[in-house]
Amino acid sequence: MLVALEQRLYATYSGGNKMSVARFWRKQQNRYNLIGNQCTVCGKYFYPPRGFCPVCRREGKIVEHQFKGTGKVVTFSIIRSSSGNFKLLTPYVLAIIELDEGSRLTTHLVCDIDKVYIGMPVKRVFRKLGEEGSSGAIFYGTKFVPA
Amino acid sequence: MSDIVVAAGVEKMTDVGTEVTTDVLAAAADREWEGIAGITFPGLYAMIATDYMHRYGLTREQLAQVAVKNHDNGVKNPNAQFRKAITLDTVINSTLVADPLRLFDCSPVTDGAAAVILAPLERAREFTDTPIKVLGSGQASSTIALHDRKDISTLDATVAAGNRAFKMAGIERKDIGFVEVHDCFTIAEICAIEDLGFCKKGEAGRLTEEGQTAIGGKIPVNPSGGLKACGHPVGATGIKQVYETVKQLRGDAKGRQVDTDIGMTHNVGGTGATVVCHIFGRK
Repeated sequence: MLVALEQRLYATYSGGNKMSVARFWRKQQNRYNLIGNQCTVCGKYFYPPRGFCPVCRREGKIVEHQFKGTGKVVTFSIIRSSSGNFKLLTPYVLAIIELDEGSRLTTHLVCDIDKVYIGMPVKRVFRKLGEEGSSGAIFYGTKFVPA
Repeated sequence: MSDIVVAAGVEKMTDVGTEVTTDVLAAAADREWEGIAGITFPGLYAMIATDYMHRYGLTREQLAQVAVKNHDNGVKNPNAQFRKAITLDTVINSTLVADPLRLFDCSPVTDGAAAVILAPLERAREFTDTPIKVLGSGQASSTIALHDRKDISTLDATVAAGNRAFKMAGIERKDIGFVEVHDCFTIAEICAIEDLGFCKKGEAGRLTEEGQTAIGGKIPVNPSGGLKACGHPVGATGIKQVYETVKQLRGDAKGRQVDTDIGMTHNVGGTGATVVCHIFGRK
């Protein structure tokens, strides 16, 4: 039973490869709360979280950082055709957000598809990201809405 | 070690429906931080297009002209998936897939295969009177996730791989007679022309509009019809580009022939996570 669940989760989160279930859940706190890192050597912020500083490499020192959760739209698209957990949400806004600290991420921007524009101020919200089939686990994380 | 090697690529994409295909292709992106946000491949390239159009003033018509030109070339290619000319209206009035990209901005789902035989030049002459020489090759990688790039509209892996190939070949941009670029979406061809150094950033739209990327223009792009019209069997596309270049350099590209001694290929993985460029010569 557990093996079957694990296999299904594996398929859902990873498309059948690349990412393990353990890795997915290890990053749960980061996804829930928008927690990334800062490198205390170069001062740059990173989200998604990093194991080491991609700028300073082995010279860097990574510490955890709680992002404020506000930023602006860098670029966006309105997705008319999608698959899996996002199929029923179409049309929806997909966007790259630049957080105030300077880090960028990709997100579902929950707003009217006619209202989005480059530079639009946004803020983070805690939302359901998807579910494992009709009777499986629901997983949550951060999405963005207009600020 | 072997002297003679076959490099083959194959893809069969039509066995599953569009939804499964979309999902499988999305695995070429960052599953953990892009996939979970609801990306699709057209969506990622659409975000490049939104950024590009905003910054450089690329028009809807200029973008559509990429597809029109590639279909015109595809008509003349017996191996092309689509051998039908289209107009700007066909593109501009087609279904929206991921704004601003429409159906005719996207390369299709394709079954296909291609193979090339590689051999040292002196041995190649044992098998053919018209060997085509690999003048230069370059490979480069960048971040898997689009949001991690310094510039959304520049595929820095294309810039690096192109520079390496040109350096190895010891030639200039003006020496290239044509280029087969990775036009998985119309915006991808615009970015490729610029990132390979054939014009400045922001100028590829005008170049396309003026017909300079058509056969007979200053720098013919995708004389085969490209991924758009020739088809995009993902695992076969890179080899297919080499096949087309060999055809061209041997003078066997009837109806779409470019008169030149040197051609180039440009193949992309993901949204620019990996790029491979080759330069080929007849002499």
